[in-house]
Amino acid sequence: MEHHSNIIPWEITAKIKGFKIKYAKVNDDGTLDNHDFENKMNKKTKICCLSHVSNVTGVINDIKHIAAIAHDNGSLILVDGAQSVPHLKTDVQDLNVDFLAFSGHKMLGPTGIGVFYGKNDILQKMAPFQGGGEMIQEVSIQKDKCKVSWNELPYKFEAGTPNIADAIGLSAAIKYLQKIGMDNVLNHEKELTNHTMELIKKHTKATTVYGPSDTSKKCGIIPFGVKNMSSHDVSLFFDNYGIMIRSGYHCAQPLHEIFKLTSSARASFYLYNTKEEIERFVEVLGEIDKL
Amino acid sequence: MSTVTDYVSRIEGTCGAESDVIVNFKYEKKDEVIATIMKRAVLKNTVAGIIFELTFEGVSFRLYTSGKAIFRGFKSKTELMDYLVKLLF
Repeated sequence: MEHHSNIIPWEITAKIKGFKIKYAKVNDDGTLDNHDFENKMNKKTKICCLSHVSNVTGVINDIKHIAAIAHDNGSLILVDGAQSVPHLKTDVQDLNVDFLAFSGHKMLGPTGIGVFYGKNDILQKMAPFQGGGEMIQEVSIQKDKCKVSWNELPYKFEAGTPNIADAIGLSAAIKYLQKIGMDNVLNHEKELTNHTMELIKKHTKATTVYGPSDTSKKCGIIPFGVKNMSSHDVSLFFDNYGIMIRSGYHCAQPLHEIFKLTSSARASFYLYNTKEEIERFVEVLGEIDKL
Repeated sequence: MSTVTDYVSRIEGTCGAESDVIVNFKYEKKDEVIATIMKRAVLKNTVAGIIFELTFEGVSFRLYTSGKAIFRGFKSKTELMDYLVKLLF
């Protein structure tokens, strides 16, 4: 169920380092096949990486449970939180994850900036992945020999002049969301999702919603398709009414292969969407559905 | 003398197995573009007064009243641009 950003970097690194990648299966509704996942985990597993929330189906993975399985096998766990941190309260210590990454642009922040969390003791042991200013404590060259010591965390991993402006922007976005309360954000999205699912069921015939029908398993994302229409036609039809949805693979082609889809349309909600907007969305979808 | 870039704001390759290409015509030129295309291409079907299914020189495409069009089957952006020249001028 992974976004390409949690597939491609590992494939590139596997070619360099020579390690083997195993992919856990997903069920027909897009939820993780826990049985297959547990079968693939063993004492040889070095790191387990997965999304907290799927960007295609909105499926929420039980990260706390998965982290416990990973640690029982002596593996580290890295979580892609790009689709979860903006939508639900995320406590890395309670989840007991070793690493978690998320990006600013999905949570009212600027593009091109994100956050990478790592447990202090693990980061202390890790070597820097980039060199430059700020990440060193001391550099001394004597008799053609360079002696280097790294700066303390997090600077050891922040070589060069940082992206200051976007960091300030992201910080403001986080404070804004915290002020609203992440529980309120999630509850609002759940309400919109339930309402949309009910309306789609009631007012459409040629529309198929992919992923789990049980909305307690997902965040505010509804992937769908309309019979005999490409997802791009569907999105352009909505565009005519000033409604923006996403179409295509959503950077998750393998999941579309599992669903046997050439692409999908995706409606997603956030704290600024209203019940009236949802009703308008389904009204337009009803028109497309009849074509 | 006008060129395609005077009328086209953006060309986006979509992702998905369909590999469609969406041409966004400039907002201020969209009415002119739609009128020109409707005059030159053969109208096959109109859907809900929003989508026009058209054919021009053996290529089928769909034009939207929002000033966007979906094209398929072009091997490159250059090939599509050459086609747009014939379609618009």
